[in-house]
This record gives sequence, C-alpha cells and structure tokens, in this order.
Amino acid sequence: MITELGHFALVLAFGVALVQMVVPMWGAWRGRAGWMAVAEPAAAAQFILIALSFGALMWAFVTSDFSLQLVVANSHSAKPMLYKISGTWGNHEGSMLLWVLIVALFGAMAAWFGGNLPPRLRARVLSVQAAIGVAFLAFILFTSNPFLRMGTPPFDGQDLNPLLQDPGLAFHPPFLYLGYVGLSMAFSFAVAALIEGRVDAAWGRWVRPWTLAAWVFLTIGIALGSWWAYYELGWGGFWFWDPVENASFMPWLLAAALLHSAIVVEKRESLKSWTILLAILAFGFSLIGTFIVRSGLLTSVHAFANDPERGVFILAILGVFTGGALVLYSLRASALEAKGVFGLLSRETALVVNNLLLAVACFVVFVGTMWPLVAEMFLDRKLSVGPPFFNAAFTPFMVALGLILPIGSAMPWKRAKIMRALYPLRYAFLLALALGGLAFAMQTGRGLLGPVGLFLGAWLVMGTVVDVMQRLGRGPGKLRRLRRLPRADWGKATAHGGLGVTMAGIAGLMAWAVDDIRVARIGEPFDVGSYTLTLRDVSEVRGPNYLSSMAEITLAQGGAVISTLRPEKRFYPVAQMPTTEAAIDYNLARDVYVVIGDAQDGGGWAVRTYIKPMTNWIWIGCALMALGGILSLSDRRFRVAAGARKQPAGVPAE
Amino acid sequence: MKRLLLILTLLASPLWAVQPDEVLDDPALEARARELSQGLRCLVCRNESIDESNASLARDLRILLRERLVAGDSDEEAVDFIVDRYGEYVLLNPQATGANWLLWGAGPLMLLLAGGLGVIYLRGRARSKTPSEAPLSAEEEARLRDILDR
Repeated sequence: MITELGHFALVLAFGVALVQMVVPMWGAWRGRAGWMAVAEPAAAAQFILIALSFGALMWAFVTSDFSLQLVVANSHSAKPMLYKISGTWGNHEGSMLLWVLIVALFGAMAAWFGGNLPPRLRARVLSVQAAIGVAFLAFILFTSNPFLRMGTPPFDGQDLNPLLQDPGLAFHPPFLYLGYVGLSMAFSFAVAALIEGRVDAAWGRWVRPWTLAAWVFLTIGIALGSWWAYYELGWGGFWFWDPVENASFMPWLLAAALLHSAIVVEKRESLKSWTILLAILAFGFSLIGTFIVRSGLLTSVHAFANDPERGVFILAILGVFTGGALVLYSLRASALEAKGVFGLLSRETALVVNNLLLAVACFVVFVGTMWPLVAEMFLDRKLSVGPPFFNAAFTPFMVALGLILPIGSAMPWKRAKIMRALYPLRYAFLLALALGGLAFAMQTGRGLLGPVGLFLGAWLVMGTVVDVMQRLGRGPGKLRRLRRLPRADWGKATAHGGLGVTMAGIAGLMAWAVDDIRVARIGEPFDVGSYTLTLRDVSEVRGPNYLSSMAEITLAQGGAVISTLRPEKRFYPVAQMPTTEAAIDYNLARDVYVVIGDAQDGGGWAVRTYIKPMTNWIWIGCALMALGGILSLSDRRFRVAAGARKQPAGVPAE
Repeated sequence: MKRLLLILTLLASPLWAVQPDEVLDDPALEARARELSQGLRCLVCRNESIDESNASLARDLRILLRERLVAGDSDEEAVDFIVDRYGEYVLLNPQATGANWLLWGAGPLMLLLAGGLGVIYLRGRARSKTPSEAPLSAEEEARLRDILDR
C-alpha cells in the first residue's frame, strides 16, 4: 500500500513539475504576476511529493519488503539497519530518485528563501529548475521505476554489494548528489539570466551561495569517496582516475572556477558572459557524469547500471539541456556587456588565470576520460588511459595554480603593482623553499614530487597567513580588526590553506610510501621501516551478515607497543563476495596500514604492510576546504543583504 | 561452523594483489617489477593495474613480467614483450604515437588557445575606458601615489 502511494506521489510530482515548468515561464513572458506566482507553491508541492515517494521507498527497504524487485536485488533481512537505509540509494533506481529529490529540494529552497529575487527572474529560475525535474522524473518513470513489484516474492533478498556496506560510502552518494544537483541551481540562474538578457552584480551575489554550497557538498562527497577507497579497497590508494571519479571531479573543478568568477561578477561586474558559460558547463559536466555512470559507456569499478536504453535517455537530457543552453548563450551572450575596467595586473586578472587553469585542467581530465572511446570509435585503436597519463598531464596545472594563488589573492582589485603584492610574501616564499629543500636533502635518490608538494603546501598555508595579516593593516587595534574580519575572508583563508594541506598530503603519500609483502608466522616479529610488527593470532569471527578471519597484529616502535591492529578478511555468503578490511593506525605524520591475506601452504599468513606518510593531510585539507566554503557561505552579506538591490541614491538604508 | 568458514574462506581467495611467493629475491629487480606493473593494465578488470588487481590473469602477467626481468630484459624490452602479446590496451600510460599526440597535446594546446583569448580579453578590459571615468589630474595622481606608496 505504502509503495503504491509512493509510486502515485511520484507520478503526481511529475504533473506538478510540468505545470511549474510551463506556467511561470509563460507568465514571465506575458508579465502576469498571478501566473508567475504559481512557481512557489508548485516548487514546494513537487518537493513534498517526491519526498513522500522517497520516504515510501526507504520504508520498503527498512521493512525489507521483498515484494519489491529493487529491495530483493539490493537488500537482505540480516543487513544492519544503516545499510538497509543507505541501500535505498545504493542502486540505480533509488539513486535517481534521490537525484530528483535533491533537484526539487533546491527548487523549493529557491522558492522559500528567494523572496528578495525580482519576481520575473525567480519565476524563470524555478521554471528552468522544474524542467530539469521533469526530465529526470520522466527518466525514472519510464526507464527505471523503483516501485516495480515481484510476481512471486522470495523469502529473502540478494544483499547489497558488500563493498558498499560501509559508513563512509553510506553518505558518499547523498553528498555527491547534493553537489551535482546544487550546480543545477547555478544553471537555472544562468539560463534565466540569458532569457532575461541581464546579468549584474546582484545576479553574481545570488548565484554564488548556490555554487558555493554545491562545491562544499562536492568536496565532502569526493573526500568521503576517496577515504572509503583508501581504507576499504585494501591497497591504500586514494584516487584511481577512474571514469566515475573523474565524472565527479570535473564538476568540482568547474564549480571551483565558477565560484571565483562569480566574485568578479559580484564585485566588479566583469567576466559576465564567461561566468554564465561556466555555470552552463559546470552543470553540463554533472549531466555528463551521470551519463557516464548510468550508461556504463565507460565501465569502471562502481558503475552499477549498464543499460543502453537508459544511457540514450540521459544522453538526450544532456543534449537538450546543455545544447539548448549553449544555443541560448550564443544568441544572447553579446547582450551582456562588461562594466568594470581593470588593469592587466590586478586581482581580476589573477582570477582569470585561476579560471583558465581550472578549466583547462578539467578539459585535460575530460579528454583523458573520453579518449579510449574516441580512439576505439574513430581510430580503431583499443587503448587505455590510466593514472600515469593523468598524473603527468594534470599535475602541472595544479602546481601552477598553487604557485600563483598566494600572489593573486594578495593583489588588489582594478590595478596592482607586482612588487607590492610580492614583497610581504617574501618570507613565506623563502621558508616554503627551505622546507622543500630540506625534504629534498633528507630523501635520497627520489623524485621531485615530495619536495615540490611540501613546498607548495607550505607556500599556500603561509601565504594565507600573510594575506590575513596584511588585512589587519598597521598600527594598534589589530586584534579588533582580526575579530571583525568578514567571514568571507576567513572562508577564503581556510579554503586556500586547506588546498595547500591537501597538496602536501598527496605529494607526501605518493612520494614517500613504503610497502612490504611477506609471509608472517604467528609470533615471529618482522620489521617495516622503523616499526616492528608481530602477528599474534588469526581467529574466525561471525558478523551480522558475514564471516571473517580476523588477525591480531601488534605494532611496536623502539620496543614499545603502539597499538594492536585487527585487519580482517570478510566473506559475504549471500552476495558470494570477499572483502578486505584493512587495519590502520592513524596519526598525523603517517598511517601504518595492514592487510591480511590468505593462509599459506607452509604455514603462516600473507601480510601486507604499508607505511603511508601524511595521508590524513589529504582529508584534513578537504575538510578545511569545505569548512572554508561554509564560513564564506555564512558571510554577513549573504545573510543580511542577500540580493538586496541597489537602492537609488537618497533613500536611507533601512 | 569452523569447517564451513574454512571452505568459504578458500572459495573467497585469491583476494589479493601481489602475493608473497611472487616477490623476487633481488630487491632492485623487484622494485623495477613493481614500478612497471603499476603501468600495466589488468585486462579483465575495470581500470586496475596488475599491481593492484586480484585477478588470476593479473597474477600471470606479474609472474611473466618478473620472468622477463630475471631473464635480463631491460624495462622497455619487458614491457614491449607484453604489449606484443596483449596489445596496446595493456598500457595504462598511452603512447604518444599516431593520433595520440592529440591526447597528450590537448592540455598544452588548450592552455595556449585559452591563454591567447584571455590575453586579448584582458588587454581589451585594460584599454577600454567608460566615459564616466575621467582621467585623474596630475595633482590627483601625485596625491594617489603618495597615499599608495606610504
């Protein structure tokens, strides 16, 4: 019964979204306030209906209703509750339902909190947002309906892929989708502005919080996914340049570019047409990402639905929205004239360079991801494009970005003097250089990767500190000024510092990791690096829905035991799948990462040990970047003056 | 229960990338093998190198690679040996031959193109003057410099 209600609510939501797409747009064109006003209640209704529908599906998962095909294929009665809930979106149909739920959520938020938008713009934004909802609701209803019943319900389900049964991954998709779909808001604003033919500072200010929120969610989602890969897949990699990872990384890069160029629109009324283009492309890449994952065009580790019919449908959505928006752009972009004038050397220029590097880096990832397909179709060459290519082709852009970032953020708007920007940074630069040099001297016979990464990290973090100190000016009252620094400035500093921390972490891990593979006998200690490990015992343990061989390994350094690690080898009987559960001793300087393998014929167990320096910096840096975004999002100008239009001179401020 | 567990555990293997019995005695040779196998694709896997993969084919390839290295092949010869048998698909690092130069050149070319457009745009911005912005008088310029350079 609840299932049917959920199904019905979904169909109703489709109808409401159709109305919300057509009526307000028509009203905005005709100038009818009543028609435009349909958008807000429709957006709220659409969100509530989809939420009901999603709730019904979740209910079916929680109660293990095996009369539903989807529940049978992706759940099992013995599964822990958390994974029954996360199983709702751990499959193709459910995840698409989550996707439209978030589209509708953002639409409803724009309706509820967009009171200060001009009514015409708001009607158009909500209408475009509804159009995205319509497309994906149709996709769900016609090609991937989650509410299909079984003819004869089985006694139990086939279980969720064990790799997905993990707390990190339970929350990875929702965050990622909040990010992907958050970009739909920027897209809707861009298309509405193109229809309107008007982009001004206020538009930049409206678009920025949505982009910022989307970027924060993407950052958290990608970091969660990468962390999961690190501890779950069992060889301690954190990024594989897998097509699906790239699919989430490309929108992240473009969203980062977009939120910087939106500042220029907001503060200086320049770069308008480029910002609009970026907004369209950023969402376009979200759609491409969805297409890549859902069509199984480029198969990869975590694509869970490979179906040509669905792929074609999403390709059509991608074509209509991105293509349509780009056509609109080519017709109307010339109407967007820039106002702000700035010198060749200025913060505007620095932000243009930032955008250039991020956009080209995204392009490199895109070409690398699609190239195997292009080569197979047009060149008749079956080839692979893997991590070595991306590491070589992508990294230089990030190095350049890290190099110019502190200088650019020290430059003033309009016109700058290069020496004035560089002078305060001299100590930061020298110190960072010294740190990099020290790292180079201490390592013997290894590449430049580690030292360069450490230099960049230190340069970014210290450049940020210098930047904040510069903001305090000279003379007394520095502490007071520090307290009164706008949150946006704190956000900028935190996020840029976080980027530095992540860069240093990635370089440290990739350059200085040590690994060891051996047969360990119970009770016989062995050395890895400066650590001594001893396999104490391997015992059989029974989990809620798996069986496990759990090893007990003591980790000691200089004779003192640091910790006891319990790596596991699990087997999920229902899904017939083994998984590894690495045991990790975390610490800021390094992780000791231990994996247990098979029992060996001659006695003993295979044990793999890694010492991974600075690994946690990667995720601490990501957390800092996300925190910076949140700080910036809470800035006073978004809370108080969000979208307040310029009052004509003479009217007193309220 | 224990027996069942043992059977299941055996069914579950191999679960693992490089096995201890594959490791070469010569650490320098082994290091080379590890380095090379990170650049070779496991053909039956999805986007995994043979160094990371658990598949039995990956194991065969790892052993084959190590055999070649022990036989005295250089890095290039050993990789070529495998490419000759399994095709270009096995290389995770695509060769810069034929149309692949487009792949490798895409980034730098795009940077040049976009950089060129960017410079044209920036110069235009720097030159254009909106009528409302009258140039500063010499006196104002001097005062401005005074303020800025203080």
